[in-house]
Amino acid sequence: MRMPLSAAIGLFLTALYFLAAIFADLIAPYGMAEVVGDVWEPISAEHWLGTDSIGRDLLTRMIYGGQTTILIATVATLLSFTTGSILGFTAAVAGGWVDQALSRFVDLMMSIPSLIFALVVLSVMPVSLPVIILVMGLLDATRVFRLSRAVALDITVMDYVEAARLRGEGRGWIIFREILPNALSPLVAEMGLRFIFMVLFISTLSFLGLGVQPPMADWGGIVKENKDGIVWGVPAALVPAVAIATLAISVNLVADWILNRTASLKGGRGG
Amino acid sequence: MAEDILRIEGLKVEATIHPPGERPRDVVLVHEATLALAPGRVLGLIGESGAGKSTIGLAALGYGRGGVRLTAGRVVLGGTEIRAADAGVLRDLRGRRVTYVAQSAAAAFNPAKRLMEQVIEATLRHGLSTRPEAEARAVGLFRSLGLPDPEHFGRRFPHQVSGGQLQRAMTAMALCPRPDLVVFDEPTTALDVTTQIDVLAAIKRAIRETGVAALYITHDLAVVAQVADDILVLRHGRMVETGPTGTIITAPTEDYTRALVSVRAIAHPEAPPAEPILTVEGVSARYPGAAADVLSDVTVALAPGQTLAVVGESGSGKSTLARVITGLLPPASGAIRFAGRTLPARLAERTREDLREIQMIYQMADVAMNPRQTVRTIIGRPLEFYFGMKGAARDARVQELLDAIELGQGYADRYPAELSGGQKQRVSIARALAARPKVIICDEVTSALDPLVADGILKLLLDLQAREGVGYLFITHDIATVRAIADAIAVMHRGRVVRQGRKGQVLAPPFDDYTDLLLSSVPEMRTGWLEEVIAHRRMESAGH
Amino acid sequence: MHPLIRLVARRIALGILLLLAASVLIFAGTEVLPGDVASAILGQGATEKTLANLREALGLDRPAVVRYFEWLGGVLQGDLGTSLTNRRDIATTLAGRMSNTLFLAFWAAVIAVPLAILLGLVAVRYQGRWPDKLISGTTLASISVPEFLLGYIAAFFLAVQFKLLPSVATMHGGMDLGDKLMAIALPVLVLVLTVLGHMMRMTRAAILNVMQSAYIETAELKGLSPFAVIARHALPNAIAPVVNVVMINLAYLVVGVVVVEVVFVYPGMGQYLVDHVAKRDVPVVQACGLIFAAVYIGLNLLADLISIIANPRLRHPK
Repeated sequence: MRMPLSAAIGLFLTALYFLAAIFADLIAPYGMAEVVGDVWEPISAEHWLGTDSIGRDLLTRMIYGGQTTILIATVATLLSFTTGSILGFTAAVAGGWVDQALSRFVDLMMSIPSLIFALVVLSVMPVSLPVIILVMGLLDATRVFRLSRAVALDITVMDYVEAARLRGEGRGWIIFREILPNALSPLVAEMGLRFIFMVLFISTLSFLGLGVQPPMADWGGIVKENKDGIVWGVPAALVPAVAIATLAISVNLVADWILNRTASLKGGRGG
Repeated sequence: MAEDILRIEGLKVEATIHPPGERPRDVVLVHEATLALAPGRVLGLIGESGAGKSTIGLAALGYGRGGVRLTAGRVVLGGTEIRAADAGVLRDLRGRRVTYVAQSAAAAFNPAKRLMEQVIEATLRHGLSTRPEAEARAVGLFRSLGLPDPEHFGRRFPHQVSGGQLQRAMTAMALCPRPDLVVFDEPTTALDVTTQIDVLAAIKRAIRETGVAALYITHDLAVVAQVADDILVLRHGRMVETGPTGTIITAPTEDYTRALVSVRAIAHPEAPPAEPILTVEGVSARYPGAAADVLSDVTVALAPGQTLAVVGESGSGKSTLARVITGLLPPASGAIRFAGRTLPARLAERTREDLREIQMIYQMADVAMNPRQTVRTIIGRPLEFYFGMKGAARDARVQELLDAIELGQGYADRYPAELSGGQKQRVSIARALAARPKVIICDEVTSALDPLVADGILKLLLDLQAREGVGYLFITHDIATVRAIADAIAVMHRGRVVRQGRKGQVLAPPFDDYTDLLLSSVPEMRTGWLEEVIAHRRMESAGH
Repeated sequence: MHPLIRLVARRIALGILLLLAASVLIFAGTEVLPGDVASAILGQGATEKTLANLREALGLDRPAVVRYFEWLGGVLQGDLGTSLTNRRDIATTLAGRMSNTLFLAFWAAVIAVPLAILLGLVAVRYQGRWPDKLISGTTLASISVPEFLLGYIAAFFLAVQFKLLPSVATMHGGMDLGDKLMAIALPVLVLVLTVLGHMMRMTRAAILNVMQSAYIETAELKGLSPFAVIARHALPNAIAPVVNVVMINLAYLVVGVVVVEVVFVYPGMGQYLVDHVAKRDVPVVQACGLIFAAVYIGLNLLADLISIIANPRLRHPK
């Protein structure tokens, strides 16, 4: 199938951000915490985005910040996905009290807004990367649980799953050969949305001072460091907005495309 | 002759479809349709799915569903050319001069409003009469359509009445503004056969009493033969044949019409009685948490290589019987005996051999096959699973089975989405056959298919039975299918077997009350049948 | 008893149960986890001795279950405890801040809800054409940027570059309503933008769903005007899903308010919460967390109740 232009642009930009994150050490013009100029220097040939509140190169900070933000968001998404989807599938296929217990617990977790819950937990836990990733991943796993359980339930009632059970197939074949291939596309699309949510979440936490700690850079932290410049008309704090928004929209476009592709496989001719 | 109510000339209807990932493109739904309808006449539009019959019906209201456009020709309704008419003129015609009865009244009624409010809405909106007059007319229509408690019927909400009653209420809604033309779009298709006959009779009486002209759209020639004066046969958006009802059903000139008329005319002589291979003994069953039994004390038997038709309406428990036999729903009491042994009640306790010998084919072939597996995997998996066949041997056997279901080369690598409805059902059959079973349970396997396609499937099943000696437990609601395929019959009603025996016995009098009702409700392919049945029933109820 | 009343009663009971369970979760979140209030306050330099002293002073040496019920009993009587950092009564401090937060949230909701529904309707009316695409594209952009960044973008342009509005939302007793509204104009704008995106998209989906029903076609085929079709047939069925959407998004607003208050240094509950998380002031965090959770659960409960009451099948059983 032909890839629509929007999805191609989305895929290109997403890939660009990930590559920049992976090769940050190679492409960043200066050191991460290196003071190279005056405070809030304007854009120049040496400093493409100017300098920050203590004279570090902003482009360098943005590249390293992207690395931190994308790393944390990716690991937290993976954690949330593995936990959420394994428990969700288990609940759907097992049913009975297992399903009841898991579902009620998730209802309870979701009755408190995740940001509030994260703040409560972070008030006593040490603010370190593993703790933040764990808190973000587990809180978000509740949403993945709900989706994967719903998707799996939709599929388990299909006649082809019943046909496999009547044939005498084991649980492994049913989960991996009958359910999973049909659940994959909506889950992958959802993974994109969860990733965006994680980027927004970690940025918010860092902005509130409860995420990534200085001198490490991340996009939310860069806003916090440079926010005082706003009143002086220095737009340094707004640079991460562009990065976060373009990354979020790009991933969104890719996720939309994956979802549409699924719809076409269900409906018309696959071709 | 009076001026025609509706005249359609050279109508062409197109729609833009949006296949995902491809450029949108235009397809023609109706080519060159021409018809005329005089006041008080009923024209039947008949055809299979995709024939364009509903599209033409809606064109009479100047309406196209979701992007459907009338692109050429003329549609003249009571002197107004609809294709050129603006939105205001169309609004004035709709609900006043021409009204519509949909297939699913349950979806077509607004769930949030009382029936009376909806029935008289068009009458009031067009300023045709005052509210008390409209309500009085609605009550009169409710009465003549045979609805219970007509004075208060309109106070109910749609979810508070049955499907058959809703369909009649929708007819009342269409007739209330005294239109010149009513378009009936498959109004009885979703109903059970014993309900269908009452609704059909009510609609016919209402048409006669009000003298309204009607377009009656259906896929069932026997049904349209009861209500239509003339019939127009459509196929793939083109007109095949048109003429008076009597001529079309007794002396059709086109091959396609002849095929439609002779549908289900498969001659299958009844096999002699034999020792059963599968016996259901005194089975009662209920779903977990349910208050009442779905099956009570059901006993049926199937002889090897023969067909036992289990026939009943929705809610009769016939599909539950299949779940009990396959072990999906363990019975509360009773036993399933197969080839001289008693099968464990639960699926999990059955051996692989138990499972192999009883296979199942489903009603909806669409959801019976994994959309992510090719035909090769779908048919090949039982070969691999039961017989350990692999590689070339398996592929060769898959091809043999594809030949057996008359699909031939080039289908093994297709996905289900690339097959037509009939082809999918054939692949389902091949998958069941691959296990070399002794018995196949067929659950309404032809009811989702167009009549001619269904005929092909039935013929294939009979051929395969003759060749492979497999027995069928054939679950259906359709008496014509039963006649075509059964050796023995069990009639089910509300979870009980009310009558069973060899085909000849069961279908011959004297009947019990329910079987009589069921058999006499099946429309016959001749005019005047409906009147005879209704007159007969009236006499009987007077006699009681 | 009417089944509707039974259903409503059951749902309310469930809501109360959920709130209780949430209070356990919030309490447990600060107790059972490996962190500990005493070590959190004293930091890494603490000795065993000072830790034990502080634990005793805070009553942490008693079982968690006992302390939970003491805390819950206090909350039920309006006693939210004492702040660890400034020894003030939390309930007193919170009262003023809560009214500030409600003031902010109220004005954001008053603007966002009608606007979202209106834009949703416009998007449905012009489905697939440019107004729909414009609205959908803009809202996609607005939900792809975190609230705090929207806040600084708005502050940078509206307050600093064009000097239209104040960039910091200070509140004090002597201000009249006009001054107050001027002060919160930017935070309200940001809240509206964030909530609007989600709310409009969900409203659009809910209305589209209703407009695709067969009974809408029936109404069109009766010759009703587009207005009558929407007012008489779509609206009665669209109210429940749309109200549901509004409630769910007001719950988002509850979270959005926390961040926006920090951005504009607004003296509300959100800023109070964030400040005291950093100061490890657990009683304050617990109290604020419980109030936010209660509002969130309450809004979701309200949404459920409205869909139950709006359902004709439940209102008029067979």
